[in-house]
Amino acid sequence: MSDYNFAYLDEQTKRMIRRAILKGLAIPGYQVPFASREMPMPYGWGTGGVQVSAAVLTPDDTFKVIDQGADDTTNAVSIRRFFQKTAGVAVTEETGEASVIQTRHRIPEAALREDQILVYQVPIPEPLRFLEPSEVETRKMHSLEEYGLMHVKLYEDISQHGAIATSYAYPVKVEGRYVMDPSPIPKFDNPKLEMAGIQLFGAGREQRIYAVPPWTRVVSLDFEDYPFEATKADHACDLCGAEDSYLDELIVDDAGGRMFMCSDTNYCATRRKAGHVGAQGVPYAEDAA
Amino acid sequence: MTPLLQVENIAKMYGARIGCTDVSFDLYPGEVMGIVGESGSGKSTLLNCLAGHLTPDSGAVRFDTRAEGLRDTVTMSEPERRMLGRTDWAFVHQHARDGLRMNVSAGGNVGERLMAVNARHYGEIRGKAIDWLGRVEISEDRIDDRPTAFSGGMQQRLQIARNLVTGPRLVFMDEPTGGLDVSVQARLLDLLRGLVREMGLSAIIVTHDLAVVRLLADRLMVMKDGHVIEAGLTDQVLDDPQHAYTQLLVSSVLQV
Repeated sequence: MSDYNFAYLDEQTKRMIRRAILKGLAIPGYQVPFASREMPMPYGWGTGGVQVSAAVLTPDDTFKVIDQGADDTTNAVSIRRFFQKTAGVAVTEETGEASVIQTRHRIPEAALREDQILVYQVPIPEPLRFLEPSEVETRKMHSLEEYGLMHVKLYEDISQHGAIATSYAYPVKVEGRYVMDPSPIPKFDNPKLEMAGIQLFGAGREQRIYAVPPWTRVVSLDFEDYPFEATKADHACDLCGAEDSYLDELIVDDAGGRMFMCSDTNYCATRRKAGHVGAQGVPYAEDAA
Repeated sequence: MTPLLQVENIAKMYGARIGCTDVSFDLYPGEVMGIVGESGSGKSTLLNCLAGHLTPDSGAVRFDTRAEGLRDTVTMSEPERRMLGRTDWAFVHQHARDGLRMNVSAGGNVGERLMAVNARHYGEIRGKAIDWLGRVEISEDRIDDRPTAFSGGMQQRLQIARNLVTGPRLVFMDEPTGGLDVSVQARLLDLLRGLVREMGLSAIIVTHDLAVVRLLADRLMVMKDGHVIEAGLTDQVLDDPQHAYTQLLVSSVLQV
C-alpha cells in the first residue's frame, strides 16, 4: 500500500480530474476535455472510468465494479483488485453497500441513493461521431445546439428496420440542452439515467469527462410516431424468476438449448437468497456460487 | 419593393491576391442572377462570401429576413447565419458529394433539413421526402437507397430536393450542371427552371456555361480577375456584349 500514492494517481492529477468533474456537473452532458494519463491497463479496458474513480475515492469509501452487470468478470475483478491494492479501500459486490460503483455498459437494477456515485467507462463519448467525423464540426454542433443529425440516424433505423433499432448507446438529451452518449448501456437502462446518485462518465483514450447530476432530466430522443421504448428479452430470469431485470441470453448446448439470466449478478443473487427461484434455477446455497 | 439580397462593395483578398473586389448588386424576389467568368475569375469566392461560407474582408450582404427585414449577414451571429443556411437559404454544390451525406439513404438526406428545424414526426418527414423525390423525378422505390447507388445526374437532383424541401427563398448554385453529360444537363436545367418558376425562388447561379445562364438567368454579371466587368439583362449582355472580354467569352462558345 505504501508503495503507491492513495488510489494510484498523484495528487495534482487527481485535482485536475476533480476540476473536470466539477465542470461536468455544472454543465450536465457537456464533454469536458481533461489530460488523461497513461494507466497500467490498455485503452478500452476502462482507463477513463479508473481515473474518475481514483479522483473521487476516499479511504472511507466502499468500492464496487461491474462489467456488463457482472461482478465476477475479468474487467471487474482486475479493476476492483487494482483499487484494493493501490487505495486499500473496502470492496463489495452488494450494490446497496457501495458508495462508489464503477460500471461498464450497465446501470445496476437496484435504484441508487443520493450518497452513491456511479462511474461509467466510456469508449466513444461523442454521440455524433459516426455521423460527423470532424471534431471541430461536432463541437460547433453542440455549442449551437444543432442536433438534427442525431434524428437522421434514428430515421435511418426506422426506414431500414421498421423501428428504432439502436439498442445500446441510445442518445439522450440532458436537461433540455446537450445531446449525450450514455456509454454503451442497453436502452433498457435509459429511463434509469434520471436517478438520485451522481453519474460520472470517463473516456480515457478520448480524454473527455462528462456528468449527470442527481435528479437531472434525461430524455431519450425519438419521433412522435415512433416513441422511445426500453426493451429487454421477453422472458423471465431462469435463475431467480425476475421479470423486470435486463437479461443475458446464454446458449447452453448444441441442440438449441438456451437460458436467460439477469445480467446484474448481484441483483440475481440477492433475489435468490431471498428465496426466489426461476424456471431452470436451483434454490440458493451459500457455497454454490 | 425591398430587395431580397443587397450586396454592397464585397471584397475578399487572399493575401495580396484579389479574390473578388468591389461587387455590388441587388437581387429582387423571384429573380435569377447568373455569374459567369473563366476559372479563377472570383465567381466562386463571391458566391461563398454571399452564402456565408467565407467571411468577406469588407462590404455588406443584407438579406431580407422574415422576422426583422434587411439584416447584414456578415455581421450577424454565427447561429443566426447557420439558421438561415438551413431554412431560407439553400446551397447546391457542383459536386453532389459535397452536398449530400453519402452514407445516409436518399430519404434521410432529404429529411435532414426538416429534422434540423425540429420536425419530429417520422411519417410526415417521410411523406415530404417522397413528395420531393417525385418532384425531382426520382422514383419512390429508391427512397431507401444510398446516394452511392445513384448516377451523377440523380445525385445532383437529390441534392436539389434536399435543399428545397424546407422551402428556401434564396438558392445559391455553384456550377449545378458541371460534370454532367449534355442530355442529363438539359433535363436538370428543365427541372430547375420549372422549380424556380413554380416556387418563385430567387437564385444566384455561378457557372462558366453560357447556355445555362441563357436558359435560367434573368440578369447576368460577367467577372474577370475579381472584378465585375459587365452586368445587365442576360439577353442584352449575351447578344450585345460591350466589354472586350465578354465579346471574347460569347464568341468562344462552340456552335454545333
